[in-house]
Amino acid sequence: MSKSNLTRRGVLKTGAVAGAGLAVPTYLSAGSHAGFTNAPGDSSVTLGFNVPQTGAYADEGADELRAYELAVEHLNGGGDGGMLSTFSSKALDGTGILGRKVEYVTGDTQTKPDAARASARSMIEKDGAVMITGGSSSGVAVAVQALCQEAGIIFMAGLTHSNDTTGKDKKANGFRHFFNSYMSGAALAPILASNYGKDRKAYHLTADYNWGYTTEEAVRTSTEAMGWETVAAVKTPLAQTDFSSYVAPVLNSGADVLVLNHYGANMVNSLTSAVQFGLRAAEANGKNFEIIVPLYSRLMARGAGKNVAGIFGSTNWHWSLENVAGSKYAGTNAFVQSFGQKYGFPPSQAAHTCYCQTLLYADAVQRAGSFNPCAVSEALEGFQFDGLGNGPTHYRAEDHQCFKDVLVVKGKENPDNDFDLLEIVDVTPAEQVSYDASIFGGELGSCNPGA
Amino acid sequence: MDQIILQILNGLDKGSAYALIALGLTLIFGTLGVVNFAHGALFMLGAFCTVTLSRILSLSHTVIDESRKDFLGNPLKVEVPYVYDWFGESTGAAIIDWSVPLSILFAIPIMIAIGVAMERGLIKHFYKRPHADQILVTFGLAIVLQEIVKYYFGANQIPAPAPEAFVGSFDFGALIGFDAGAIIYPYWRIVYFCFAMILVGAVFAFLQFTTFGMVVRAGMADRETVQLLGINIDRRFTLIFGIAAAVAGLAGVMYTPINSPNYHMGMDFLVISFVVVVVGGMGSLPGAVLAGFVLGILESFASMRQVIEFLPGINQVVIYLAAIVILLTRPRGLMGRKGVMED
Repeated sequence: MSKSNLTRRGVLKTGAVAGAGLAVPTYLSAGSHAGFTNAPGDSSVTLGFNVPQTGAYADEGADELRAYELAVEHLNGGGDGGMLSTFSSKALDGTGILGRKVEYVTGDTQTKPDAARASARSMIEKDGAVMITGGSSSGVAVAVQALCQEAGIIFMAGLTHSNDTTGKDKKANGFRHFFNSYMSGAALAPILASNYGKDRKAYHLTADYNWGYTTEEAVRTSTEAMGWETVAAVKTPLAQTDFSSYVAPVLNSGADVLVLNHYGANMVNSLTSAVQFGLRAAEANGKNFEIIVPLYSRLMARGAGKNVAGIFGSTNWHWSLENVAGSKYAGTNAFVQSFGQKYGFPPSQAAHTCYCQTLLYADAVQRAGSFNPCAVSEALEGFQFDGLGNGPTHYRAEDHQCFKDVLVVKGKENPDNDFDLLEIVDVTPAEQVSYDASIFGGELGSCNPGA
Repeated sequence: MDQIILQILNGLDKGSAYALIALGLTLIFGTLGVVNFAHGALFMLGAFCTVTLSRILSLSHTVIDESRKDFLGNPLKVEVPYVYDWFGESTGAAIIDWSVPLSILFAIPIMIAIGVAMERGLIKHFYKRPHADQILVTFGLAIVLQEIVKYYFGANQIPAPAPEAFVGSFDFGALIGFDAGAIIYPYWRIVYFCFAMILVGAVFAFLQFTTFGMVVRAGMADRETVQLLGINIDRRFTLIFGIAAAVAGLAGVMYTPINSPNYHMGMDFLVISFVVVVVGGMGSLPGAVLAGFVLGILESFASMRQVIEFLPGINQVVIYLAAIVILLTRPRGLMGRKGVMED
């Protein structure tokens, strides 16, 4: 009879060590040979484009994907080079990134945080993506950004407008080129004051989720600071399709302005209801009743059709910017030309920000001389650049938010075509939409290179 | 008081859509015994009949306008609809403007054909299967249909405005003695409510006053006996499926100016419509209509700011709360019949 050396304590210790080993996410060990996650080989580098390919924002996702493909083509020396020729940094030369050919994989976020994390995880673990980018929803962006932080991957946010992305939920590995709710409020307020006066009573309808809250707060703060009063702010369910019950009481509420803190289908439907209920033609408190849409998207404006006519909002960028506001916004025409020649129509602001983010990442790697996320992060922090269509832009180190001019736009009364729906009313200087990095809380933390 | 009337009006037009979809659902359940989860997709297909006709009427040829430039700086290509060439610009513009009402004529044969094809091609194979199988297959069909629509029309909403004559709103309050501007209501929503009433009336009249309807009602009450009399009840029930599809489709056609259609709009209505059917009473056509309006009005009242401030979140659950209360007090629903789904 042999005697076993196994002890209860020994078994527990062994089990604990083995369990911990198995529990380590596989992305922490994937491609870790160079001291960071998914270090690329000598010939190619893989980027992960995580966009909504199904679901309500699929059309926006398709436009983002077009822009990503165009950016990859330009990085690899194809096409007309797009904004590479106007970009103030000349580190990129059309030979890929650090001499490696740029390849890409795509994922479908479905505009759902869980699905977006799953597709991002798959691109990191299975495809070896060294950078993840994409957007169309702040909930998705915040979720994927947190995943990339854990995985030691750089996240270049696409279209995400909530303050939280680079506010309370900011991460050291995450960067946002797109503007945010605070900037929309700050840009819109002076224009609203000059067009509608300082004695106004506003009624807010707000989508009942994170982006809606931050947008309402931003617009309220900015408009109240200039003298407007907020009569009421009503949360509307995200799944709401018919807003008549919410819009109908507005006219008798004492308000003379309706602010629709809605995006996507919510925006199209609430604006349609508001116009149907005659708010555009109504008078209240002796003034014309007005409607405001803080965040405009051309793709959504198409859905609302003629209802957007005369309604103010803000955007990150517009394809006509350089023609309207001059060569300060160089890069716009180059990008529009490049995109328009390839696809037959002008790019959306979602496409623009995604294209810029890809170039900015590639440029940062090139300047840093490494794909190591911490080196890339260092190269992006505080980076001042120009020529990407928004004028002089600053990637603030404290919160990884880009600061640049913000566009105030208005729905055109008589658009020439489906793409000519918005006209630029004003370009608000970056200084006017800047704020202290600490006001939204959150901790950037430290860069995580992964393995 | 004006707010109460306004919310009742809101509830009526919302209830109109619920009632029309639920009416079709009940017709199918009452005749074929099938729980059709693809019914919301039929509502959506109706809406896309409007989009399709609008696009057909707007089919254009290109004219180069050298005096204007496109976004790339090239001479602008102006699209000129063929109907302008055929009927003159003003008549052509009027035809396009009236594309939503014209879609009624376009949608009826298409929706009946879709309904018949659905029933003959797929659903008839599931008559003798459990309700769970029927739900699964029809739900799957709904997803397939909406993905097909998304493939061809995209995911974004597509505007389909009402004719210019019905754009805007009128002062309903002034008609009933309230202050001017107290109750403003959109023209098209009144049109939608009237249309729904006519359609509901037509379906009931068809079932009540025609021989075909009499046979169908007899079949709903006792299918086997009707078949023993030598009547091919299956063929009639197939046509009823087509009619139910047309009712849902027409509800979708006329709904397009209220909410710009997108591929997902059927799913948005589906669950609520099932609640409407259950609350109205499984198999009861008047119950479906009554419950549609009752729940539509309740939902409108629950969306009032004063109500939400008092009971946060009530706007999202009121329909389901009402359903629970009604089913606890009247287990067969408002007008349910004994023996339906009780075996």
